[in-house]
Amino acid sequence: MLEIAIKGSKKYWIWLGLLLAIMSVAFVVYIDQFMNGLMITGMSRDVSWGFYIANFTYLVGVAAGGVMVVIPYYLHDYEKFHRITILGEFLAVASLIMCLLFIIVDLGQPTRMLNVLLYPTPHSMLFWDMCVLNGYLFLNIVIGWKVLEAERNQIKPPAWTTPLIYLSIPFAIGIHTVTAYLYCGLPGRGFWLTAILAPRFLASAFAAGPSVLILLCYLIRKISKFDPGWEAIQTLSKIVCYALIANVFFFACEVFVVFYSKIPGHMSHIQYLFFGLHGHNALVPWMWTSITLMLIGIGLTVVPAFRSNKTLLPYTCAMIIVGTWIDKSLGMISGGFVPNPLHQITEYAPTFKEVIITLGVFATGFLILTILFKLATTVKEEVRG
Amino acid sequence: MKKSRRSFLKAAGVTALGIGAAPAIKAVASSGSVAAPVKTKKAEALTAKRWGMVIDTNKLTDEVAENIVHACRKAHNVPDFDHEPDVEKYPNTRPINKTQEVKWIWEEHFDHAFPDKTDEFLAEKFRHLPFLVTCNHCKNAPCVQACPTQATFKREDGIVLMDFHRCIGCRFCMAACPFGSRSFNFRDPRPFIEAVNPDFPTRTKGVVEKCNLCAERLAKGQQPACVEVSEGAITVGDLEDPASKVRELLAENYAIRRKQELGTEPSVYYIM
Repeated sequence: MLEIAIKGSKKYWIWLGLLLAIMSVAFVVYIDQFMNGLMITGMSRDVSWGFYIANFTYLVGVAAGGVMVVIPYYLHDYEKFHRITILGEFLAVASLIMCLLFIIVDLGQPTRMLNVLLYPTPHSMLFWDMCVLNGYLFLNIVIGWKVLEAERNQIKPPAWTTPLIYLSIPFAIGIHTVTAYLYCGLPGRGFWLTAILAPRFLASAFAAGPSVLILLCYLIRKISKFDPGWEAIQTLSKIVCYALIANVFFFACEVFVVFYSKIPGHMSHIQYLFFGLHGHNALVPWMWTSITLMLIGIGLTVVPAFRSNKTLLPYTCAMIIVGTWIDKSLGMISGGFVPNPLHQITEYAPTFKEVIITLGVFATGFLILTILFKLATTVKEEVRG
Repeated sequence: MKKSRRSFLKAAGVTALGIGAAPAIKAVASSGSVAAPVKTKKAEALTAKRWGMVIDTNKLTDEVAENIVHACRKAHNVPDFDHEPDVEKYPNTRPINKTQEVKWIWEEHFDHAFPDKTDEFLAEKFRHLPFLVTCNHCKNAPCVQACPTQATFKREDGIVLMDFHRCIGCRFCMAACPFGSRSFNFRDPRPFIEAVNPDFPTRTKGVVEKCNLCAERLAKGQQPACVEVSEGAITVGDLEDPASKVRELLAENYAIRRKQELGTEPSVYYIM
């Protein structure tokens, strides 16, 4: 099946070439980081996780969001999702590979990363995160590949894929729950120390993942002969709507608890993010942009006339993606570290080199996504034509 | 074809034999040597059931605090970003970023050392006193729980230690520590060490580090470096031993701990 990937139009090769160029530049910058250490980043003693972990967190969400097509199709036999289920699974694969790359570029000693396997430590949430992320990646590769291969040969997928598909559902919930547990189990970080964190992560994931998928469906329709189906897109946008409302609602719950109880250690982080603290306010415009975009996103997906407007929907999705990205990447990580445990403020902004390495990871993910989607759409075109 | 397969099997067999024999060879070799097993403690070593530290804030002046920070830095090869690197030995050293510095023990004002105890009517003298903050060697250490490789671990005697060679630099421990006591080597620290102490390892870039309660000095029967220069302001001893000096101090004075409400059970006390 992989031979499909090496037969493509000129545009396909130009796109792959562009991604490879970004990857090469980022690799050169990464060599600098590898040789000289994480000093090239904007991270500090106080904000010890930055852009890499922020994007990691967001992409775990996008990967988990894939389950929003798997559940309706496999558990509820929702036939409309037949054509896009594979896209959801392949999106999860690409996102997970980016997640793992973000973890690796964030390590101070990447050559020692196998220590996590050599000294398995069940009381560390990072150990479990590694288990579920790799497990979910493996499941999606096997399931996606086998189901697509069966479709190409016009036979039923092997029976053993069914239990794997069912298993992938709790794994999808698991990856984002455990990722939230990385943060919300830490005693000294008031911003993260809330039981709503995992539900909120899932809600924002189920808004962001399907939004990305809708955009990709539009793209596929434009550049290939394969049509994912308007009704499937409409159902996805309803899922986005409810998930986004849940995300904003959960955040409102958090805001109520924090500001009604007035516990300083919990208030100061949200104050810093939305109003600035002691004159430090780098993230204030970002956070309000995020809230505005998410609220507009709710408005545009909740009203049927807007949701079913074919021209408007991709813009709505783009807004939701940006809004949830600021909320969960930029704000979630910096917000947890500012102010620091001694109530001092060190602000964080990524450096140019850090951004380039990040773009390199994204380019790698897009390269994998392009190839996988090319396989999927070509097989679907073959079968239908 | 057949021949090459046979020779491959032969080679594989010999290799397997070699692997199987290695432990046996090792066992024979070690039984012959006179070296004592590593676990035995030296007779002069200072020991405790659970090490703790008591800092008498009344005896701490800015000058003493400064000496303490300096002594700790010297004893453990902690880099000082204010130190100008030797251009001959370390050419092309990039400019420093102060927010990426490494600290084991340092001075803070009351409001930052005890952010949960800030008070607008706090007695004037506390506003100006230097408070030394460091690793609390918590009984329930969140950093130990977070570390995915057990590079950070708790010794039986309560000291939270680090294996700098196992640390992967994920910095999960830094997020977990409620006291901001951990530092990450964002860069090679060696150009910023004034004079290397050969008795303690220097670190490499990409690993986390923190106060180790001078475990290496206690093992030799010496007091921690900070205690030695503290002019009586810092005492370390066994918290579980009612007859120890630290327990005596705690019995006679009112002492507080940082962020006690989190339940990590810090082992560093501050006499007020």
